[in-house]
Amino acid sequence: MKNYIPVIGLEIHVELNTKSGMFCQCANGMHEAEPNSQVCPVCLGLPGALPVPNKKAMEWTIKIGKALNCIISKHTKFDRKHYSYPDLPKGYQISQYDEPIALTGYLEFGKNHGTYKNEEKKFRIHRVHLEEDTGKLIHTGDDTRIDFNRSGVPLAEIVTEPDFSSSSDVKMFLEELHTIIRYLDVSEADLEKGTMRMEPNISVRVVESEKLKAESQSTDFKLPNYKVEVKNINSFNFVKRAIDFEVARHIELLEKGETPVQETRGWNSEKGITYSQRTKEGAHDYRYFPEPDIPPFNFSNEYIDEVKKSLPELPSTRLNHFVNEYRLKPIDAFILTRDKKTADYFESIATNEHITNAGQTVANVIINKKISTSLSVEAFITEFLKLTKPIETNRALLDTTVSSILTANKKAVTEYKSGKVTVIMFLVGQVMREMKGRADASIVRKALEEKLQV
Amino acid sequence: MVLGKTITEIRNLLKTKKISREEVFSFFIKRIEKYNPNINAFLTTLRKPESIVSDGLLSGIPLAVKDNFCTKGIRTTASAKVLDNFIPPYESTTTSRLKLAGYELLGKTNMDAWAHGSSTETSDYGPTKNPWDTSRSPGGSSGGTAAAVSAYLAPAGIGSETAGSIRQPASWSGVVGLKPTYGRVSRYGVIAMGSSLDCPGPITRSVEDAAIILQAIAGKDPHDATSASVPVEDYVLKMKEKKTYTIGIAQEYFEGLDEDIKKSLEEAIKIFEKMGFKTKKISLLSPQYSISVYTIIQRAEVMSNLARYDGIRYGNPRSFFGSEAKRRGMLGTYTLSYGYYDAFFKKAQKVRTLIINDFKRVFKDVDFIIGTPTPITALKLGEFEKYSFFGELMDKFNEPAAMSGIPAISLPTGLDRNDLPMSIHLMANYFRESDLLNASYQFEKETDFMGVIKKGIANLK
Repeated sequence: MKNYIPVIGLEIHVELNTKSGMFCQCANGMHEAEPNSQVCPVCLGLPGALPVPNKKAMEWTIKIGKALNCIISKHTKFDRKHYSYPDLPKGYQISQYDEPIALTGYLEFGKNHGTYKNEEKKFRIHRVHLEEDTGKLIHTGDDTRIDFNRSGVPLAEIVTEPDFSSSSDVKMFLEELHTIIRYLDVSEADLEKGTMRMEPNISVRVVESEKLKAESQSTDFKLPNYKVEVKNINSFNFVKRAIDFEVARHIELLEKGETPVQETRGWNSEKGITYSQRTKEGAHDYRYFPEPDIPPFNFSNEYIDEVKKSLPELPSTRLNHFVNEYRLKPIDAFILTRDKKTADYFESIATNEHITNAGQTVANVIINKKISTSLSVEAFITEFLKLTKPIETNRALLDTTVSSILTANKKAVTEYKSGKVTVIMFLVGQVMREMKGRADASIVRKALEEKLQV
Repeated sequence: MVLGKTITEIRNLLKTKKISREEVFSFFIKRIEKYNPNINAFLTTLRKPESIVSDGLLSGIPLAVKDNFCTKGIRTTASAKVLDNFIPPYESTTTSRLKLAGYELLGKTNMDAWAHGSSTETSDYGPTKNPWDTSRSPGGSSGGTAAAVSAYLAPAGIGSETAGSIRQPASWSGVVGLKPTYGRVSRYGVIAMGSSLDCPGPITRSVEDAAIILQAIAGKDPHDATSASVPVEDYVLKMKEKKTYTIGIAQEYFEGLDEDIKKSLEEAIKIFEKMGFKTKKISLLSPQYSISVYTIIQRAEVMSNLARYDGIRYGNPRSFFGSEAKRRGMLGTYTLSYGYYDAFFKKAQKVRTLIINDFKRVFKDVDFIIGTPTPITALKLGEFEKYSFFGELMDKFNEPAAMSGIPAISLPTGLDRNDLPMSIHLMANYFRESDLLNASYQFEKETDFMGVIKKGIANLK
């Protein structure tokens, strides 16, 4: 019997939110600006204009590389990638070909990783490189207009190895990557706005049953002789659904003895299907050659170390740190570390001098939104202490109340004495109600138990 | 009063108020009106002086600027009909710096279209004619500027070269042409030809004028990542210090020369020796290698640099491209195609490194390498079209300096049997422009360039 294993690799583009463009001084991040209002001779590709690389964008790409455990190239350069399209004003894109900024990294998922089923996973990163974004074509009726505001925006491209065999792994990976990018504060990584764009490359390989177990663990297999790239997906769920759709489609074709066509497909989220956009005949010939307008770069070890030192504690490390340091349940640590602000907020409260050994309680309060995290740390702590303060119990009132409740609930008392001890909770509730909540439930219970033992 | 005067001399007339800047400007406009219809050196001319800088290095000096420098609000075509209606919204760094120095833009000069050529014959606006003999080419691609300076339609001008496009037309038109070190002068705003080679530079009637213009345009530019941060020297001051140098003589640079040129080159060497310069026999890689390396790299860069001219945002559609640009684009596409990159482009880059190392080795022993920028004097118009690579072959003595990025200068040394100007060529180590100008200045003082520059005007019909 034939078994099918999906083979999935990812290309992820992240628009860096540096102040200015990749190669010019135009203001960056102006998505809502009037079309073609944020342009200059450089990003419009006017005759004679020259690119000057943005050092910050290079530094941030090194950060991304480091966060993904990559090797940072000490020698790197830009190349021209030629293709003709109206949104590409120079007729080539300045990108990186054979010397990307970062190479051969990985992303690991530990047992504590919230969305995962207690299994360790590791996915390899092929490379991270830097390039410029293109303009945007806007189709209205019979007209196509070009907005060059996005032209020349720094774009980091992250390419994984084809290490994924399930759409849920892909989703988990992308969510984690998104969290990391947000932690690094190098991009808005807004899927709706397209500042983070994801393109899965999908194929399916056929494996003999007896080899299934060994093969499914392997990363050293022969790739299928085709792949399908899906573009224009703007949510993690859609990525998952597009992959599932494609895998099913490929298996159906393979079952018929056909090979799926190597092509680029689009995703239609309304219909939940992919559709053919263009077929690729082998590799595109981009006529790459070193960008003569930008001298190559040599990074010193000191510089790379300095950039590395500027990295924040990354979400997975922080998750483990929260589990170990604040004794949080892994799932709660996972939830709190998905957003750096929330994690920072939690930590500044958990480490506050007025809070002792209450990490998990703080976590509960934050996660269950019992106190708003929009409060200042001081205000939160005041509220938190009020909320968790033990209630003083009036001993004399308690004794009389307990006696009267036991007298009034003979049936419950009998049940308790005959072994149905859970009925005590009912009695606690009665006492608490009688005392209008001004009693500590554990003390009430204790008092009830004492009386009932007699 | 103005005729034949250098920048320095006109500056003195202006400073002592013997003449106004309007008078200077209209003097040249009148000459352009008279001679340009025949010579076709200018594509565009301006009507009046506009500078507001009164105390700059070049205040009141009108200059001819090659039409591949973007000038804000003034049509810039690179002599290509694709850009027939292109009016740049920005200014090149070179012309910005000239503006800061107070220059007056006199007009934009003809060139080979996109700077593809060595004769101005590929211009979409007709060739420029050599003022020495209007049946001949002034050389190219900066032929318009060279002819304008030679005919004194401008006291000096700006050219650019990728491999010889300043030095060769300066030579054929009988004036001084300086190619600075790659990166010494910003390329920002110069319509790119071969980006790893392009160098703006002056074409002048004296070495001092070349020094003044270089002074104004040289230096690091935040808009050009390949511009050098090496400090700019006071070229005029340094030029006048009395120094002696060692000149290297490489047999490889004496092969295939016209007899008259060879003779004048040998005489020039004797003059340098008489001036107290030492000479030394050296050996260099044959300039022959530079031809192939240059052709491959330049064509690849041309293909890439022309890709933006799709007629969508500005300019005319691709159908307006001339045949030379198409030929170059196709060759560049071929050499960069999948599977050919290693055999052509990569190999060419390796040889380029060898050429660079070869020069570095030699410049440990000598200050300059002497030769000629061109093995023959000005050709008749029309002769180029017979040979599609003729420019490359003829520019073989210019290409090594272009490939390695070292500075070089072309200096007139007399007239050949047909009364056409000849030149010598000095190459120097990286950023040694002040030494190059110093030696050239001494040579000029000693020889007055055999009267060539003055004869150029007298000769004009």
